[in-house]
Parts: sequence; C-alpha cells; structure tokens
Amino acid sequence: MTSVTEEQEIPRQRKSEFAIYEFLVRHENALLGGFTMIMALLLWEAVVRLDLVNPLFTSSPSRIIATGYAMFADSSIYPHLAISGLELLVGYGLAIVVGVPLGILMGWYRRFNAALDPIISALYATPRIALLPLIMIWFGIGLGSKFAIIFLSSVFPILINTTAGVQTVERDYIKVARSFGANDRQMFLTVAFPAAVPFLLTGLRLGLGHALIGIVVGEMYSAQAGVGYLISVAGATFQTDRVMFGIILIAAAGVDLTNILRMIERRFDRWRPDNKL
Amino acid sequence: MLQATPVKLKADSVRLNYYNDRTKRDLSVLDGIDFSVNEGELVSIVGPSGCGKSTFLAAVDGLVAIDGGRILIDEREVTKPGPDRGLVFQQDSLFPWRTVQRNVAYGLEIQKIFSKEEIGARARKFVELVGLAGFEDSYPSELSGGMRQRVNIARALAVDPELLLLDEPFAALDAQTREFMQFELLRILDRAQKTGVFITHQIDEAIFLSNRVVVFSARPAKVKEIVEIDLPKERTLDLKHTPRFMEIFRHIWRLIEEESARMGLLRVH
Repeated sequence: MTSVTEEQEIPRQRKSEFAIYEFLVRHENALLGGFTMIMALLLWEAVVRLDLVNPLFTSSPSRIIATGYAMFADSSIYPHLAISGLELLVGYGLAIVVGVPLGILMGWYRRFNAALDPIISALYATPRIALLPLIMIWFGIGLGSKFAIIFLSSVFPILINTTAGVQTVERDYIKVARSFGANDRQMFLTVAFPAAVPFLLTGLRLGLGHALIGIVVGEMYSAQAGVGYLISVAGATFQTDRVMFGIILIAAAGVDLTNILRMIERRFDRWRPDNKL
Repeated sequence: MLQATPVKLKADSVRLNYYNDRTKRDLSVLDGIDFSVNEGELVSIVGPSGCGKSTFLAAVDGLVAIDGGRILIDEREVTKPGPDRGLVFQQDSLFPWRTVQRNVAYGLEIQKIFSKEEIGARARKFVELVGLAGFEDSYPSELSGGMRQRVNIARALAVDPELLLLDEPFAALDAQTREFMQFELLRILDRAQKTGVFITHQIDEAIFLSNRVVVFSARPAKVKEIVEIDLPKERTLDLKHTPRFMEIFRHIWRLIEEESARMGLLRVH
C-alpha cells in the first residue's frame, strides 16, 4: 500500500517542482540556438553603437532592418525580387523537368547510363561558375544567361540522385511489376519513380542550394536587376546595409524553400515507419 | 479415356540452364521436369535447397525463359507473364509506399480493364477475403509478417488468376503464424476456387496443404517422385500427428535426404 502511494507521489511532486526545468530540457536545442543568435545580434548592435567599429564596414542589425523596411516601403525591392524569383522558377524548374526523367532513364537503362555518364561526370566536376563567361556570350546578360547558369547549377544534383535512387530499387519490386505484366511506362510510374522519391527529394534539396548560388553569382557577374545584382551594386558603392539586407533575403529564401521541400518529403515518406506525421 | 478434372498446368520435359559468368559455363538447373496439376488441386514442390524449385516457378510465371520442353496452362504455352497466373513472393515484396488497399489493387491498375471504382471494390473484396478488413489504409510497415503475407496473397488473387503460384510464402514467418497461415491459405483457396502450386522447404507444410507433393531431385532437377497425399480432405492440426501423416513425412524426408547427400549438402553416416 505505502509503496503504491509513494510511487504515485514522486512523479507528481517532480512535475510541479521542476516544470520550468522540464520546459528547458524539452526545448534545449531551440533555446540554446536562439540564445546564441540573440546574443550575437546584440553584441553586433552594441559594438556599432559604442563606436567600436565603423558601420560603413559592418552595418548593424537596426540599420539593416531600417534599410529593408524602407526598400519595401518605397517598393524598390519588388523588381529585384520578381526578377530573381522568375530566374529561380525557370532555371530550377527546367532542372527538375530535365533532371528527373533523365535520371530515371539513366538509372534504369545501363547502356544509356554508360553513354551519358562521362559527359555528366565531367560537367558535374567542373565548377559551373567557370562557364559563366561562355554562358554570357551565348545567352547575353539578360534573363537567358541566368536561366542557363541556374539550370546548370541545379540539374546535376537532381539528376545524379534520381539515378542513384532508381539504381537501388529492390529487384523484387521489379519482379512483382513484371509478373503482373507491367509495361516499361507503368514500370517507371509505379516502381522506379516512387522507389526513387526519397533520393529524388534529397536531390531537389541539394539542387536548390546550388540554384541559389547560381542566382547570386550569375547576377553579380553581370545583370540589370535581381537580388544578386542589388548586393553587387550596393557592395561596389559601399552601401553595406543594402548588401546585408540582400544576403538576408537570399538566406531567407533558401531556408523557406528548404523547409517547403522538407514538408513535401515528409508527405511522400509517410509510409516510412520513422517518418510518421 | 475421359478425364474427370481438366489439367490446368502441364510441365513437359522442361529444361533450363543458367549461364555462370564466372566459370563461363552453362549450368543445368532443370533437366526435364514432367508433371501436371489438375484444376482445383494444390500441388507442392519440395526438394533439397538450391535445386531449382523457385526457378521452376518463375518459369511457370513467365519471368524466366526455358531452354527446352514446354509449360502449358490450359493447353496454351507460357511465353511471358500473364493475368492467368498470380505469383505470391517469398517475402516482403509489397510496395512499401502503397497502402494495403493500393497494394492489392496493383495488378488491377496495371491491367487497366476495370474502372477506378471497380478496382477499388474488387481490391476491398480481396482485402476482406484474407481477413484484413479495417487495415485498408495501413502501410506494410505497420503490419506484422503474417498480415503482410495475407496482403501478398490478396494482391495475387485480385487479378483473378487461374493458377496461383506460391514461392515459399510463409518462409519468413514464425512457427505459430505459419501454422495459422496454412489454415488460412486452405480457406482462402477454397473460397476463391483456385488451383495452386506451392513451393516450400517444410515437408509437413507441403503434406498438410497439398493433394500431391512433387519431390525434385538435386540439381539438375528432375522429378524424383510424385507423392499422392491420401489424407482426409478436411485438414485439421491433429492430422499432423496421425501415423499416416508421419509415414508420408518420413518417406518424403528420406527422398530429400538421398538427394541432399548426393549434392554433398548432407553427410550420411
């Protein structure tokens, strides 16, 4: 009897006494990360306010916020966002449209893979940025060259991951499909593609990172608008606040889009035992 | 002569070779397999490990080509997989990204004979038949081994094959589940009115399930003996302990022992 009541009381006591402690434990990672982040920003703001560094070089959190607010208020940021957004949409979209089917084919047909693999490996190993001068010659300094560099930046991770995904499809699944009389097209759609989805989504995430690099570098190299162009021009004219703001925009886009892809990934991976929503 | 039940499957001196990449030589796997299965029968194939049982079944399904002889189903020669045969695989060949319902519907989706609604209704019917009503929306990873094999059987049955080919479907199950599934298989086959070919390593399983047991020799496989199972049609667990059952068991075990010894898999003192 006594032992039962004791057992019941101990956890209850603990809960009331250590509620704050439990909250801290549960959110330890987020709290630690957030704390460091806030401290760093405060420190940054402080050293500028105390005239320890020149804001021309370092800007400051408050200056960046003010600049960003002003650029949204006078709408001058929108054309840049629109251009960079369009570039990403077309370049990255094209990379998906080309990379996924090509990856499935390369993963499926050994000979097709053997034929294309050397070219793709060579291109993948080449820093795509080295191709920028050529791309500018071919496509001009307008949107065309940006589509091209973003496409080239992001297509390979997508392609190579999809290929790997299809190559590792369980032989048994193929046998099942064949046993039910599936033709090639059905085999792709019902076996190769779904089995490759986890790899494919990893490829999409890696490709996205490369696409963002493509935007910034492409626009810095030569352009007439865009967030990368904004950063580049502001940098050349010592407008550090604008440079910082541009960087934050790119970083935010990267984080948000990656999170969206993660959500899609979880949605597609619902069947995995460790990925329950 | 009038035959009471028509022959569903006929293997007529079936020969099959495997090309070995390492030795650069053809390896004879099946060396003239002859036997037939009548409509409504369940026939099991047993034999020493690696004797080519699964290969034979794959050939009947049309997944691998044979090098000699003929495989006839309803007197038509097998050349490729077809809707008249349903293959139940050894284990977990369920698509993990499809729910139970959609796994069972798979064959029907491939065939594209029925509308979406009809496919759904038919699949649901077979999910129910194998006793998994209520699990339609579960993923294979959420099911036990026994449940997964039920789905596997339902998937093969859903396309309404004339001949059900079962390749050691219960090999990965624990002993209890296995015995239970043997009952279930008999019930399901009886209700679905199917002919079946069953491959197994377990002699008692083969005897318990079958009208006849075909014993394959060691590789290259021939039919060593066809054992008629003259046990009452009503199969109960007690049957496994009857003297007649034990007698048949010992007889088949001796046949396999001989073959395994010949292959060097077993040392007989």
